Amino acid sequence: MSGDSVEVRGPVGGWFVWKPEDSGPVLLVAGGSGVVPLMAMIRTRDGMNGTPFRLIYSVREPEDRIYDHELRRRATEDSGLDVTVVYTRTSPEGEPRPTGRISIDDLVSYGWAAEQEPTCYVCGPTGFVETVANLLIFLGHDSSKIRTERFGPSGP
Amino acid sequence: MDAQTEAGYDGNALAGPLSEVFAVEVTTAVGRCRGCGTSSQLATLRVYSLEPGMVGRCPGCEEVLVRIARTPHNLWLDLSGMSALQIQMSNGSGVETGQ
Repeated sequence: MSGDSVEVRGPVGGWFVWKPEDSGPVLLVAGGSGVVPLMAMIRTRDGMNGTPFRLIYSVREPEDRIYDHELRRRATEDSGLDVTVVYTRTSPEGEPRPTGRISIDDLVSYGWAAEQEPTCYVCGPTGFVETVANLLIFLGHDSSKIRTERFGPSGP
Repeated sequence: MDAQTEAGYDGNALAGPLSEVFAVEVTTAVGRCRGCGTSSQLATLRVYSLEPGMVGRCPGCEEVLVRIARTPHNLWLDLSGMSALQIQMSNGSGVETGQ
């Protein structure tokens, strides 16, 4: 509860990490708060080598967007960064994409072709991550280029 | 969620407890499954978190590769499901054995 102290360890883990010296384009796919580690990569990229990044960010409704202001700013200011938000329950007015869970169409439209050999980072609830990873493999992405981080089952 | 359902987590969740006992980061190390021979970076294991421990299973065959359990005074680490653990050393002096 409020006022409780919390002990924090880390950062730990070397797998779900992007380094500026890594070559090739990058696809980031986030489900809900799974955007957090991906945002760290976007911030690290800022002012570095200009590796092309594409972020596909799935949220239930517009109010759920984390880093909304910063992502909008970076989408226009950060050269080579594309940001797409997909809505699963409620879309903002004028959104052309039909409301619904992330699909193969989204990964084709807003991601990279497998031939471009992007490194793909996928983070979100377990079901989301498994779905996206399977779709990427179906689209021909090399499984060794897909890095995932699951944070457990999604909430209600 | 119980052990009969899908794994809730992956090997990234092992980074914290393993960092307490290993001198190097081991979620990027490659473990070879004693059951099916699949080599997997530990970060890609399917992890079931069952208090007071964690179980990491092979993504190839679901064999248990890692068990970690905490008791008040000890940490139990069972790696018997792996026939080898290949740890990349940052100085690059190790012999490359392949996977």
